[in-house]
Amino acid sequence: MRAKRVTFRHRWLPYALIAPQIIITLVFFLWPASQAIYQSVLRQDAFGLRTEFVGMANFKRLFADPLYLESFWTTMAYSAMVAASGMLIALVLAVMADRVIRTATAYRTLLIWPYAVAPAVAGVLWWFLFNPTIGIAAYAMDMLGYDWNHYLDGGDAMALIVIAAAWRQVSYNFLFFLAGLQAIPRSLTEAAAIDGAGPVKRFWTIQLPLLSPTVFFLIVVNVVYAFFETFGVVHATTSGGPGNATNILVYKVWRDAFEGLNLGSSAAQSVILMVIVILLTAIQFRYIERRVEY
Amino acid sequence: MIENRPVLNIVQHVILILGVTVFVFPIWLAFVASTHTARDVNSGIPLLPGDQMWENYAQVLGEGLSTIGAPPIGLMLFNSLIMALAITIGKIVISLLSSFAIVYFRFPFRVLAFWTIFVTLMLPVEVRILPTYEVVAQLGMLNSYAGLSIPLIASATATFLFRQFFMTVPDELTEAARVDGAGPMKFFRDILVPLSRTNLAALFVILFIYGWNQYLWPLLVTTDESYYTVVMGIQRMANAGEEQPLWNLIMATAILAMLPPVAVIIGMQRLFVRGLVETEK
Amino acid sequence: MAQIEIENVRKVYPGGVEVIPDLSFDIAAGELCVLVGPSGCGKSTLLRMVAGLEPITGGEIRIAGRRVNELEPVERDISMVFQNYALYPHMSVYDNMAYGLRNRGEPKTTIDAAVRKAAKTLGLEDYLSRKPRQLSGGQRQRVAMGRAIVREPAAFLFDEPLSNLDAKLRVKTRVEIRDLQQRLGTTSIYVTHDQLEAMTLADQLVIMNAGRIEQAGPPLEIYERPASVFVGGFIGSPPMNFLPCFAGAGGVETATGQRLSGDSPAMGDVTAGVRPEDLTPDAAGPLPLHVRVVERLGATVHVHGVLEETETDLVASLPGSDAPNPGEVLRLAPNPGKLHYFSAETGRRLG
Repeated sequence: MRAKRVTFRHRWLPYALIAPQIIITLVFFLWPASQAIYQSVLRQDAFGLRTEFVGMANFKRLFADPLYLESFWTTMAYSAMVAASGMLIALVLAVMADRVIRTATAYRTLLIWPYAVAPAVAGVLWWFLFNPTIGIAAYAMDMLGYDWNHYLDGGDAMALIVIAAAWRQVSYNFLFFLAGLQAIPRSLTEAAAIDGAGPVKRFWTIQLPLLSPTVFFLIVVNVVYAFFETFGVVHATTSGGPGNATNILVYKVWRDAFEGLNLGSSAAQSVILMVIVILLTAIQFRYIERRVEY
Repeated sequence: MIENRPVLNIVQHVILILGVTVFVFPIWLAFVASTHTARDVNSGIPLLPGDQMWENYAQVLGEGLSTIGAPPIGLMLFNSLIMALAITIGKIVISLLSSFAIVYFRFPFRVLAFWTIFVTLMLPVEVRILPTYEVVAQLGMLNSYAGLSIPLIASATATFLFRQFFMTVPDELTEAARVDGAGPMKFFRDILVPLSRTNLAALFVILFIYGWNQYLWPLLVTTDESYYTVVMGIQRMANAGEEQPLWNLIMATAILAMLPPVAVIIGMQRLFVRGLVETEK
Repeated sequence: MAQIEIENVRKVYPGGVEVIPDLSFDIAAGELCVLVGPSGCGKSTLLRMVAGLEPITGGEIRIAGRRVNELEPVERDISMVFQNYALYPHMSVYDNMAYGLRNRGEPKTTIDAAVRKAAKTLGLEDYLSRKPRQLSGGQRQRVAMGRAIVREPAAFLFDEPLSNLDAKLRVKTRVEIRDLQQRLGTTSIYVTHDQLEAMTLADQLVIMNAGRIEQAGPPLEIYERPASVFVGGFIGSPPMNFLPCFAGAGGVETATGQRLSGDSPAMGDVTAGVRPEDLTPDAAGPLPLHVRVVERLGATVHVHGVLEETETDLVASLPGSDAPNPGEVLRLAPNPGKLHYFSAETGRRLG
């Protein structure tokens, strides 16, 4: 990690400057994280009076627990759908907006709103829209012959939280795709046009390959978002139900800790989530390093 | 555009307009619902605004939904504003200072400090919910503005952004300032911070939205209604027991809850877009 | 007016790389001293040590008789013009010039008078409220100069101040810098890698190579009596020609046995140097030049070619009237007394 070639010399100043950040990190990040690891190898009795060291037992129990495994696969499917749908729609819109330079900014203004809307609020908006009795979208589905009810049907509930989560993320993806597309030198697409490539062919052979770093970056960001930042969407709408159809990992950690009061299991789940974030961050950083080389 | 194909152009605009419509539709519908009476909303959704706008907004802002024990939205909005501003300003200040230390000084444990900050990137509050809650409870920070904001103000992202920016500031500028007799803090105040203006503004937008939209954390640390934030307040209203939710008032609250961040994002669009794309580089 | 003394100065970088082993010279008060040399020779490092931007590993630097080794740049009473000017981009021209004075806590009226005076000297009065990005390259350079002169320091330090200007502006600004320095009479150190700049500006020229001084002295003296092959090749354009020769009792002969001179500076292998302008066409001359390229510059002609048999490259600078054609063989003779001899082993001057 480089510092400047030109630096200041001072005995205590740098420590004073960095202290607030370090103190907050230690107190609110590192200490709790280490507590989570510590608690994940302990088990408390029902009254919280006795704790004993149980080694990896909490983890073993988790992986033997069909509820946890179900939640795990639910989360995987959920984040894959959020990332895929959010990115696909954003890409289509960005490609269209990129081609109409003059009005691109106007479209951008309209499309970035949802990013400002909190995931929980987004959830409530779509919850309302799809409300089986009064929601207009549910009404439209009914007209098409589909009986929508996210209170009863797990698939409908999942679709709802995917839509609410992806809706907000399309804005974000759109901005990055548009920026990425606009960074492709005009002369390149012009050269391809002179070489006889039509708009569709140009997209597949020129724009998409050059956009691949952005695509890769957004996959990681969207998965991280779906995994960790959409707690509000679930909590404000389906509460993990019906059954456990939308019980994603982050929601389950919270519920087991604050409603189930199962500390050891919740801590073990936290540790697993940490491992997932660390993996995703590592991938993200390898990507950044690679990009620096270019 | 390279070739001029009228049909293609029309198709593009149709797709874009369709996309924008679908996107704005939920917000539009929320607004429409917030201008009708509860009975109108429950008996089939109107698509055009009604005449109950002032009544509904006055009710949520002033009285709140006393029936379900929620405080007036005015107070919740104020709490959200305090929390968002505290998080935003706190993050910016501590990140500016720490990246200044990391870039412009060589000192023992510098690399260790950097990695300590880096770790925060990997530990979002969602993965360490319970222990963090316990720490805050032990420090007596539950139900306080400090508890709402301070645990969230460590920021690896902002520190990285400033570090990256400081690395691009020419060394000669630092040397010129030294020759001109400016010590480290004078250099920081007179040169470095003014040079970071655009980055500061862009980061302000991003962090304000981040702070305003916090949900899980306020849910954990506030049990006292007078510290509820608006984003979490909506959930309390939407899941208000068995009775039919008052959708017109909930939607009025939703509109109020999204107004400040939407205003910030639209008003500072250019800075925001630039900041967003740069932060994530 | 202050003398600068550099005594046994040494610089070793933290990694253990020694860029300056041991270096001493003095700069008289009011003199403009140019440090010139190829990149990496240590000239900029030396300047930055004088400025206080680089710690001094060993030895001592004195400005106006005062040891400055441990002093901060601001305490050394110097000012510096940087290669990229290092103007504060968010400050106006006025504030850029005033910043150093403000940091010293000078009264507002004094600062204002000093800034306006410096702006007048440099013709910047109309630009005081502009930001650096609104100025042309030449104007920015002037602001950098203004920031240096406004404090009336004991010494100016210039770090390649003209290298970001185009060729025409560079010549003009060079003259302005010289003029300004003479009027103010401020002791100056000027670092450049451009030998033409070095020759035209310097009172004292210090030629550096690999952290050592190859030669120091007035520019013309160096031109006429280069102390080494390196200096001969570095100063002068086109550069000096070098011929491997043998010196015996009967005089100096080229590799092909042509006699260059009757006197011998030493015995054994030597390198003879002759400047392009010190060669004259002579049918009986010892140097048969196989002409390849002829550059007609108007007043003079540069004739490039190789010597027959040895294929040594040689350039001759002749009056514009007698230009040969490519493919011809032109016999040349060195002008009497204009041959320089250097040791074939060390490259140092003989005699």
